[in-house]
Amino acid sequence: MTVATSPATTAPARRADRRPPALGGFSTAVLAIEIRRLLRNRRTLMFTLVMPAVFFLLFGLPQRGDDLPNGRPVTAWIMISLAVYAAMVATTSAGAAVATERALGWSRQLRLTPLRPAAYVATKVATAMVLGLLGVLVEFAVGAAAGVRVPVHVWLLAGLAAWLGSLVFAAFGLFVGYLAPAENVMQFMGPILAILAMLGGLFVPLEMLPDVFREIARFTPVYGVGQLARAPLTGDGFDLGALANVAAWTAAFGLGAARLFRRDTARV
Amino acid sequence: MTHSAPAVELAGLTKTFGPVTAVDGLSLRIAPGEVVAFLGPNGAGKTTTVDMLLGLARPDAGTVRIFGGTPADAVRHGLVAAVMQTGGLLKDLTVAETVRMTAHFHARTRPVAEVLARAGIADIADRPVGRCSGGQQQRLRFALALLSDPDLMVLDEPTTGMDVEGRRDFWQAIRADARAGRTILFATHYLDEADAYADRIVLVRQGRVVADGTTAEIKNLAAGRVVRATLPGADQAALAALPGVRAVEVRGDGVLVRTDDSDAVARHLLTRTAARDVEITSRNLEDAFLALTTDSLTAETIGA
Repeated sequence: MTVATSPATTAPARRADRRPPALGGFSTAVLAIEIRRLLRNRRTLMFTLVMPAVFFLLFGLPQRGDDLPNGRPVTAWIMISLAVYAAMVATTSAGAAVATERALGWSRQLRLTPLRPAAYVATKVATAMVLGLLGVLVEFAVGAAAGVRVPVHVWLLAGLAAWLGSLVFAAFGLFVGYLAPAENVMQFMGPILAILAMLGGLFVPLEMLPDVFREIARFTPVYGVGQLARAPLTGDGFDLGALANVAAWTAAFGLGAARLFRRDTARV
Repeated sequence: MTHSAPAVELAGLTKTFGPVTAVDGLSLRIAPGEVVAFLGPNGAGKTTTVDMLLGLARPDAGTVRIFGGTPADAVRHGLVAAVMQTGGLLKDLTVAETVRMTAHFHARTRPVAEVLARAGIADIADRPVGRCSGGQQQRLRFALALLSDPDLMVLDEPTTGMDVEGRRDFWQAIRADARAGRTILFATHYLDEADAYADRIVLVRQGRVVADGTTAEIKNLAAGRVVRATLPGADQAALAALPGVRAVEVRGDGVLVRTDDSDAVARHLLTRTAARDVEITSRNLEDAFLALTTDSLTAETIGA
């Protein structure tokens, strides 16, 4: 290998060009690639978009014609519940992707680039929220196509609550992702999410569960999101307990993830 | 950061893992533009040293400077890039997507098409990383390292696990890229790689530098032949005075002469002394490597 005789001449001049990237390396271009990655993953699409839609067709449609106490259709109640479920599976799996990336050594590779760890996490959260939104939209589209009719403000408010509430699970996914570097993290997360969804009243109304479960359920992380998302439909009004539930769990998972994240990315 | 700052300056670098001292007070200075092989057997502490150099591991003692700054600073400004041994790639991205994504983590990079071409992977740009061979993945890591057009490129055993052809292709890509002024440090346990691609070889053993010199100097350590004989009470001075003799060593009843003219030594031993069991062996770089990196023998150090 030949080396130039005046090797030091170019480097300092070029250093003036060298600056760290804006926003710590966060960019919408990367976000777009991340989203394309998710959409290419058949497993993810299966569990976040297809399965909740199929659940609706299997368990929601047979109740067509039944009404809630306020006269609105039961199918809408089921559709909104499953939209929350779709969004929570979507955001959890997108957040938990950091587990795979840590297992593969990608996060180590990233430490050799100017990307700031916080920008990496911001990208993951944004990706999770895009997939979560997609989950809600697909569920609503299937519901609408199957004949669910509710006032516009119910569509909007319920959708918004289901989507924004799934931030809890983006944090949950990140928390799990930083807890265990495993390539197949969603394999054991799937059943956990199903249990949480059950306790959160997404599959069957909590009134149908034994009293003791109902009491416990109020403190589980899905309960709050479910209540808030269905409130526009049921007309139950603003539930402070549900809001407190969402806030508490977001804080708990968010702080937990932040703590593990700092341990993982401590610069030396 | 000044003009005169060395590309790499390691001073008294030490790292222990429990009872094992992986790196033991290692010091090394590399000037800008040098192509240096960091050569040593497995477990010599090469990867640990590289990790500390890049800021991926914290030294127990000692300091690391890259162009006069900290490793984190060098990484943030794209001054240093590295090709690591394994891992570090997302299997579900394509080759081109991986490069494009990484490009967005830097403020300014070389064009994606250019680094793909320079790494010799333009033809597999659309292939998912998970379906690339080990050698192709390594060239992808090299492409990623090329993005920031770094002043210092660090390669940690870049061809481990590659077949002969893969190794040749990989080094061809590196060679083709030998941009004037780029400092290259590569760790390897392949002698021939160090010999073929480095201007300077730093031999490490048990976390220490045991030899450091130009490739020619290191090869010189191994030049000539070794004449062994059984000769009680050998006259060391007489042997050392023979033409071509580089070193004479007496071990018990045995004598060991390193020389460029083994015939002269053998003739002397057989005609002028009572030597018996005369044995002549040639030494090559492999021997020097073994001699310098094996526990039982004394290490010799030559100045850089």
